[in-house]
Amino acid sequence: MNEIERVIQLLSRLPGLGPRSARRAALHMINRRESLMQPLAQALKDAGEAIKICGTCGNLDTADPCGVCSNPARDGTILCVVEQVADLWALERTASFKGRYHVLGGVLSAIDGVGPEDLNISALVERCSGEVKEVILATNLTVEGQTTAHYIIERLEPTGVAVTRLAHGVPVGGELDYLDDGTLSAALQARRALG
Amino acid sequence: MEWRDDGIILNVRKHGESGAIVSLLTRAHGRYAGLVRGGRSSRLRGILQPGNLIRADWRARLVEHLGNMTVEPLESRVAPLLIHPGRLAALTSACAILEAALPERQAAPEMFDLMDLLTRHLGDDDWAATYVRWEAAMLTALGFGLDLTACAATGVTDNLTYVSPKTARAVSEEAAGPYKERLLPLPPFLLEDADDGRVPDADEIRDGLRLTGFFLDQMVMGPAGKHLPDERGRIF
Repeated sequence: MNEIERVIQLLSRLPGLGPRSARRAALHMINRRESLMQPLAQALKDAGEAIKICGTCGNLDTADPCGVCSNPARDGTILCVVEQVADLWALERTASFKGRYHVLGGVLSAIDGVGPEDLNISALVERCSGEVKEVILATNLTVEGQTTAHYIIERLEPTGVAVTRLAHGVPVGGELDYLDDGTLSAALQARRALG
Repeated sequence: MEWRDDGIILNVRKHGESGAIVSLLTRAHGRYAGLVRGGRSSRLRGILQPGNLIRADWRARLVEHLGNMTVEPLESRVAPLLIHPGRLAALTSACAILEAALPERQAAPEMFDLMDLLTRHLGDDDWAATYVRWEAAMLTALGFGLDLTACAATGVTDNLTYVSPKTARAVSEEAAGPYKERLLPLPPFLLEDADDGRVPDADEIRDGLRLTGFFLDQMVMGPAGKHLPDERGRIF
């Protein structure tokens, strides 16, 4: 396998890319070797060497503790618990949460044999013995996500911190006619008084 | 090779970027898996949750292939349970036990009916008793049923309060005598004539879970080299 084939093969492993689109991407880079390919290769090399998992929250960053954990402007009394780093990034995009995060690294799964010891839950309990006053559970509204949330509630009970969760229901711009039964059912259960 | 059947979702595994391998418990085809293309899309993610009832079309060139499955939602049974830790644990425990205990592709209409009944009644007040009864009924369907009709030692049918861990047969209070410590307590709600409309208390549920759990572990999960799911311990 020559260098070009190797690049194509590696690119085709990326999400959203198959062999055909990997070939197109490779060709695109080869045609822009100096302006794109070499800087990209350098950026990937640098990132590969510099990226660390934050020892406090489990986020990905080039520093440990990460930018969120070390930011003094962030409210350290509120923790938002997410399943994956991608969820943390999604919440950061909203720019509406000013607290800190805790990344679990997955969810409990009886069938797949994922237990509490496989997740970053003990560290969460430890963090809650300090300045944390509220924990927001932002696990997915799936069977496994909610099973994990209930388990965390159980584990956090002795710490005395307030535990809240994200609201479940009709999305912004959602039309009732097009919503699935489960979402409608969750929305009805989570209704709240107006005024 | 193709079939269409109603099924209860037992497990969903990611496959590739957007697909999912879905394991179903169907009435006529038993436990069956298939690849659902786009199974992780926003349209299907809410439908493909363990416990939901769907209509599946399974198709493959050869019967031994994994096969492609298309799904149509029939009833979203899991959504109302998501906020209840115990009920959710009962549902995931039931799915995990069936996934571990049932052979693939063998018709199990009785198992489907039992799971159908369980998922329809997990929202009721006596959901925990329903779950214990489901485990007892499942043991029976698998050929390891408890014999709670009469005392194994004396033959009496009254005052049955224990079960022998060796024979799975009921033992009366009088016959239990000095062996009580070695027997498993039998909660009254598991007896056939116990339909008094009363919701069993916490101790009875715990006794029931201990009883069915013992035999599930010894007869079903253990021989298959598996353990009872952790979620079962969080039911009550």
